Amino acid sequence: MIMSDYEKYVQAFTENFEIEAKEVEGLSYQSIGAWDSVGHMNLIATLEDTFDIIMETDDIIDFNSFDKGIEILKKYQIEIKK
Amino acid sequence: MKFEELLNIPPYQLEKQEKRKRLTTRLGELSELHYHNCVAYKKIVDILGFHGEKVKDYEELPFLPVRLFKELELKSVESEDIVKTMTSSGTTGQNVSKIYLDKITSSNQQKALVKIVSDFVGSSRLPMIIIDCPSVLKDRVKFSARGAGILGFSIFASDKIYALQDNMELNIEAIKLFLEKHKGKKILLFGFTFIIWKYFYQELLKYPEEIDFSQGILIHGGGWKKLINEAVSEEKFKSCLQETCGLYKIYDYYGMVEQTGCIYMECEYGHLHASIFSDIVIRNSRDFSPCKIGEKGMIQVLSVIPESYPGHSILTEDEGIVLGEDDCPCGRKGKYFKIFGRIKNAEVRGCSDTYEK
Repeated sequence: MIMSDYEKYVQAFTENFEIEAKEVEGLSYQSIGAWDSVGHMNLIATLEDTFDIIMETDDIIDFNSFDKGIEILKKYQIEIKK
Repeated sequence: MKFEELLNIPPYQLEKQEKRKRLTTRLGELSELHYHNCVAYKKIVDILGFHGEKVKDYEELPFLPVRLFKELELKSVESEDIVKTMTSSGTTGQNVSKIYLDKITSSNQQKALVKIVSDFVGSSRLPMIIIDCPSVLKDRVKFSARGAGILGFSIFASDKIYALQDNMELNIEAIKLFLEKHKGKKILLFGFTFIIWKYFYQELLKYPEEIDFSQGILIHGGGWKKLINEAVSEEKFKSCLQETCGLYKIYDYYGMVEQTGCIYMECEYGHLHASIFSDIVIRNSRDFSPCKIGEKGMIQVLSVIPESYPGHSILTEDEGIVLGEDDCPCGRKGKYFKIFGRIKNAEVRGCSDTYEK
């Protein structure tokens, strides 16, 4: 089965933070224990592997919520649509 | 004044008067903030008879001795807002500094670090070798100075490996594979000075001419105390690494867990530099008056970052001299200086480069 970019995006969160897909929307940095600074770098590494991109440091810092991430990925020509 | 205003300025571009103006405003506001939110800080400042409204220059602000962070739990936020606690490693039997971070302070530390380091290595992320072992980061709420450093620098990595295994043995095969994978690319290396010397350099000697780091940029910190005991000078450290593995771009930095984020990077001319996020004032050890350029004294460090704990103005136990301001041949503005190490009779203090078997 081929996953959509949205599903891949959600999976990066669910796998790294061990949460359910229904919990990802509205999630923000430091809002759950698993999304701490270590978890953040793991999330970024997963997204970079998944979408084959290398993000700039400023974008890694600005990536502070599920929604903000979708906006940032547009810069890398990744359109996350539900 | 918001911290963000400083983020929009290149980190080494403000000249003396401009920097002074901004730092005085921001640091004055931080003093005010901590005065109202940290009871211990208020008591100290009151005893000193200090009155914030008269401050014309940040050199007039009070400073806390660094060891106070070991003796007291100094914080200016509620306990439930603390997301991370950082500790100095400390030698066995000693108290460690405890630094409490909330979301804002923790994130501003990372932002400042990115601005500073990017000025030296560029803004694109690089393959990175962390000269340490992965278990340093095993506790995700409490960080040692070593863990904090590794985590902060990880943002510069596009791909990363640890050079050491958890038993501190060199993982030579992993390094070779990593170098092969990123052949011809610039590679960032990061670690603590003593660990690099003892567990990386001395082990690399067993593999002569097998490893080539001529494309590498090494950033290291944590101090020279332990290496001085082994009679390793800064010059020897650099020349040995170059001979063994071709590594010649080597930058030391000065920083402390009490002011994580705004590190003082060494430039191509061997000078440590204060960025716009921080400054140092050298103080006469008899009366604490500010020293002139070229005069040796105790180092006071100021940082615009700390909002969750009153660590914006600290008197260290290190000695140093300011070499100049705004006129380093490397072109970076701000003060540049040299460290002589710990003052005599100061408490024996562990640091980020400690690793006891």
